[in-house]
Amino acid sequence: MSVDSDGRQIHSIEELEATAMLCRRGIVTMVHRANAGHPGGSLSAIDMLVALYKTRLNVDPSNPKDPERDRFIMSKGHASPAVYTILNEMGFISSADLETYRVLGGVCQGHVDMKWTPGVDFSAGSLGMGLSFGLGTALAARMDGSSRTSYVMLGDGELQEGQIWEAAMAAVHHEVNNLNVFVDRNRIQNDDFMDKQLRLFDVAAKWEGFGWAVRECDGHNMSELLSALEWMDSITDRPAVLIAHTIKGKGVSFMEDNPAFHGAAPNDEQLAQAMEELQ
Amino acid sequence: MTMGASRDGYGAALLKLASDPTVVVVEADLGKSTKSQNFRKVYPERTISLGISEQNMMLVSAGLATSGYKPFASTFAIFTERGFEQVRNGIARPNIPVHICGSHGGIHTGTDGSSAQSIEDLAIYRTLPNMLVIHPSDDISTEMLTIQLADMNSPSYTRTARNKTPRIYDADSASRLEIGKGVTLREGNDVAIIACGVMVSKSLDAAAELAKEGVEATVIDMHTIKPLDGELISNLASRCGAFVTVEDHSIIGGLGGAVAEHLSSNCPAPLERIGVKDHFGQSGGGDELLEKFGMGINHIIEASKVAIQRK
Repeated sequence: MSVDSDGRQIHSIEELEATAMLCRRGIVTMVHRANAGHPGGSLSAIDMLVALYKTRLNVDPSNPKDPERDRFIMSKGHASPAVYTILNEMGFISSADLETYRVLGGVCQGHVDMKWTPGVDFSAGSLGMGLSFGLGTALAARMDGSSRTSYVMLGDGELQEGQIWEAAMAAVHHEVNNLNVFVDRNRIQNDDFMDKQLRLFDVAAKWEGFGWAVRECDGHNMSELLSALEWMDSITDRPAVLIAHTIKGKGVSFMEDNPAFHGAAPNDEQLAQAMEELQ
Repeated sequence: MTMGASRDGYGAALLKLASDPTVVVVEADLGKSTKSQNFRKVYPERTISLGISEQNMMLVSAGLATSGYKPFASTFAIFTERGFEQVRNGIARPNIPVHICGSHGGIHTGTDGSSAQSIEDLAIYRTLPNMLVIHPSDDISTEMLTIQLADMNSPSYTRTARNKTPRIYDADSASRLEIGKGVTLREGNDVAIIACGVMVSKSLDAAAELAKEGVEATVIDMHTIKPLDGELISNLASRCGAFVTVEDHSIIGGLGGAVAEHLSSNCPAPLERIGVKDHFGQSGGGDELLEKFGMGINHIIEASKVAIQRK
């Protein structure tokens, strides 16, 4: 397998897209099996996770607690099936582990949990906390003189939490340059479309106003995502945020852009249809 | 009588802990008040200022702790509560050793009034699995106990007080302090007075007065609210058979609540609880407020007599 000048494996766009498709099938299957969970926000986030884990994140499934690993903090912790499927693809957890999602004693808890799942760096489930945690891990890396990088994924609904903006302000004040954020801009929250619940207006302008480096892209376009990761690497004077425009439920027609599938499982017929579509 | 404020002990402890390069201080403003500024002045590169953002402070501390640092995060006791759910979900639940200090706890805080007087912090933090909860009585013991926290592998909440109160310990007696072990400051067989924080010296004064009337009281400094020293309480149930708890905190859920839980489950005995009786505070001098709310020395004496009568 070929590697780049930093020793990273080189993956073709096609390979990454194929991995994302496998993860999508895994997400829908997990949620169907558990008859509960959050498929919509998992399907909107998964392309970003595949791009990040496969091409950027310095982590080792044989040593998940390596102190020098990069950190990935899934702040929108309900989208745990997305995390579990990519951790499975990377070799942190097994396919059998995926079957324990939401099951008593299972490795795959309902929301991502660092105490239960190898490769999970942050116990989420309550929105608004992950960026602060990522700032803490970024500050620690800087104090250590380490080049490790912290990546945080936020939901767009999560941006309604005030703590996000406390952390956004502090990250710029402290001039961290090893903190990169993905905003999964799928425009839907638990109850309904965000525009009906609480509008965000110009998300990019908000982050720019706080002093962040900001870029927007199509969160399902793998080549745009790879370019965005290159862009994150190039920002060396402040934290960077990628606002990734996504479709909630992406890849499954009846889930796409449908608030009903924020936190609902498909039935048997719907699962069959989803598997037909996710080829 | 030498006086000291427990918040000064916290500031002194941070300086002593600084020889450990992994100790970091995290502030949400108010470092002048909590005394974390003592550390900041000498070690600015290991002091992280987050401005007035307590929720952020809790999770930044958690991130630091999972990266090999030992964060000491402080603000007023009342403002730690703004980040309670962050402490619950982001620190206690994953059992991350973040050490939180809430200063200016209790009614004794005084003239700032009810918004600044946390009377529920010990109760709420005590309900969290994995949390250690301590409330030392003077500056010397606060310094010693805070230093011990640095070696703990679980999170903690320490309440300190704003105002100076009589010193209970000296360097020698403080050297025997141990988290989780109550300290017997005075021995007597008639009643056990279990106190914490600024109320420990009041309890000693009350016991001295009781002795003049022929009533011999044991006085305990229960600096650790969780884990509670249940063995000591059980022994006192056999020896004294009557209890008074004394705290500058609501009588619901704090030291009084913890002792009541232990007694009712293990060794039922009469218990009178001195504390804030389910109401908020107001502005006034610290001692004035304690008197007004039935938490003065005479109230402890009265409660002791009632507890003895109930045997």
